Amino acid sequence: MTEQPNSFRQMPPAKANSFRNQPDERGHFGDYGGRYVAETLMPLVLDLEREYRKAQADPEFQREFDDLLEHYVGRPSPLYFAERLTEALGGAQVWFKRDELNHTGAHKINNCIGQILLAIRMGKTRIIAETGAGQHGVATATVCARFGLPCVVYMGAEDVRRQSPNVFRMKLLGAEVVPVTSGRGTLKDAMNEGLRDWVANVHDTFYIIGTAAGPHPYPELVRNFQSVIGNEARAQMQDRIGRLPDLLVAAIGGGSNALGLFHPFLDDPDVKMLGVEAAGHGLDGDEHAASLLGGFPGVLHGNKTYLLQDEDGQITEGHSISAGLDYPGIGPEHAWLKDTGRVEYTAITDEEALEAFQLLCRTEGIIPALEPSHAIAAVAKRAKEMPKDSVILANLCGRGDKDIFTVAERLGVQM
Amino acid sequence: MSVSSRLSDAFAKPHPALVCFLTAGDGDTAANLDALVAGGADVIELGMPFTDPMADGPAIQNANIRSLGAGTTTKDVFAIAFEFRERHREVPLVLMGYANPMIRRGPEWFGSQCAAAGIDGVICVDIPPEEDEALGPELRSFGVAPIRLATPTTDTNRLPQVVEGSEGFLYYVSVAGITGKQQAAQASIEDAVARLKKATDLPVAVGFGVRTPEQAGAIAAVADGVVVGSALVELVAEHGREAPEHLKALTASLAKAVHSAARAPRKEENA
Repeated sequence: MTEQPNSFRQMPPAKANSFRNQPDERGHFGDYGGRYVAETLMPLVLDLEREYRKAQADPEFQREFDDLLEHYVGRPSPLYFAERLTEALGGAQVWFKRDELNHTGAHKINNCIGQILLAIRMGKTRIIAETGAGQHGVATATVCARFGLPCVVYMGAEDVRRQSPNVFRMKLLGAEVVPVTSGRGTLKDAMNEGLRDWVANVHDTFYIIGTAAGPHPYPELVRNFQSVIGNEARAQMQDRIGRLPDLLVAAIGGGSNALGLFHPFLDDPDVKMLGVEAAGHGLDGDEHAASLLGGFPGVLHGNKTYLLQDEDGQITEGHSISAGLDYPGIGPEHAWLKDTGRVEYTAITDEEALEAFQLLCRTEGIIPALEPSHAIAAVAKRAKEMPKDSVILANLCGRGDKDIFTVAERLGVQM
Repeated sequence: MSVSSRLSDAFAKPHPALVCFLTAGDGDTAANLDALVAGGADVIELGMPFTDPMADGPAIQNANIRSLGAGTTTKDVFAIAFEFRERHREVPLVLMGYANPMIRRGPEWFGSQCAAAGIDGVICVDIPPEEDEALGPELRSFGVAPIRLATPTTDTNRLPQVVEGSEGFLYYVSVAGITGKQQAAQASIEDAVARLKKATDLPVAVGFGVRTPEQAGAIAAVADGVVVGSALVELVAEHGREAPEHLKALTASLAKAVHSAARAPRKEENA
């Protein structure tokens, strides 16, 4: 595959009645999205949008983005037929988009490359980010080291304790990691603290948001940077089997890896899509992180979307075995795709994800992150119900090195 | 326009207005609010507690946590407002908070509850003019003033959009940052207020980082109003049940400084 499309310019053109021409010029995906930010930030997000439009039209920006993805990140990532997993499940063929093989071990880096190039274009000299499990923090610290910009990462104090290997990685990369104790010291509080930093340092600071959420244009630009996943997969599928898959599956926390895979396929009516939320201990109680299936529309962190919240609009905490999924919101485009019915959403419990984690280890020799383990569990259920000549493509969005301690603890293994 | 006359009356007094903020449900709010009025506050700003107060510094964040920890609900906030209005017919009362609790049951519900509780205006931190339709039309239809914020980053091109649709007064956030932290330089406040008053006939109140009578008095000399929040909220945290006497004392010294400042010159016709 020479000249494999890496750039978000190379998505198939959107049609008039397209699912791919969202958001509108105000950043709304139907009723969702928008720019619900304090006035101090409003001129900045408008500025960011202007600069992003210019970057989209600038061949040099695209060239640099593509070049870094190819030579620094290691794209295109492979498309892999999981033969033994397919046999074990006894139904549809299971294929994986191997984004866990990217530099830093997850899809997060695709977006960070795009955003730091934007930051540099805008003349910003300081980068901030929030992180939960630490994957986005590591990816941000990585691109900051690569471009020589100072980096401050906000991380919930509890996550700092639980994810000490990633904290050390960020520090090795030169980032300052700030433990957040305000609120309840979780990912959403880290995001609050990131926004507080940004509002106080608007003149020189760029906020690299880690998922397809936040005020417009973040959901759109993160999706576009991540669409490299789906664009590659589309071409690779045609190349390998001469057709598109029947079903796409991806895990959803904020939703950027899922949108990156889904978006280039949204106008292919024969391609069904399944987004997989974290059901934690089950959707019946409060111990889950399924914003779409267990939440209600509301406004948080700059956008209108589905949120875990109580009847007064107070935000409640998500729970998942996967620290990358336990955010109480979700990208606004997913909210819209749910309401339109274009994408189906389901949820997988901690236990099911743990089983799928082990299944992939044993059948394919791949240790997945706990996030895509949710997708793999959903694949396992669906594959059995589908004919053997049908094709499922799942996004293996991260590798499991960071999760072995959590898994060991859950399996009762002393390390 | 059915904007409350209480707000316009407060800013039509012969002296600048002192606007005092407390978080609803943090301590004995009724007694604390009464202390602010007794101390000479001209406008009361009542914070709606929220789990994620992104624009607030530690003092008001902690007040939100204390209030929610004590079980404060949206209905409790409206009850506090309603009872305040029963006790103080003339003192303007403004709600300040974040979008999600305000729109949770729909903007119509929120607007109607504000009107029924005698609330004169609403400041919503995270609904900029671009998203006005999320709440603004319903507030206006119930005669409740949507009070907009202008900031140091609000440039001249953008200012007309901020002013358009704002009612009651314009709240100038004097620092690019969060509540209760550093104070802006007096000269920058003076320039900013002059710039705002060229764009609007609305009174301009200045807040964020104002803690002492000296600061408040200096700002009052160039603005129509001064907002004090974190310094009062800290007294509630520090003194608990004994807070009213301390609140009254600080408010009285702030009011003395603000009320004795020379009234800001009114905007000239076509200036």
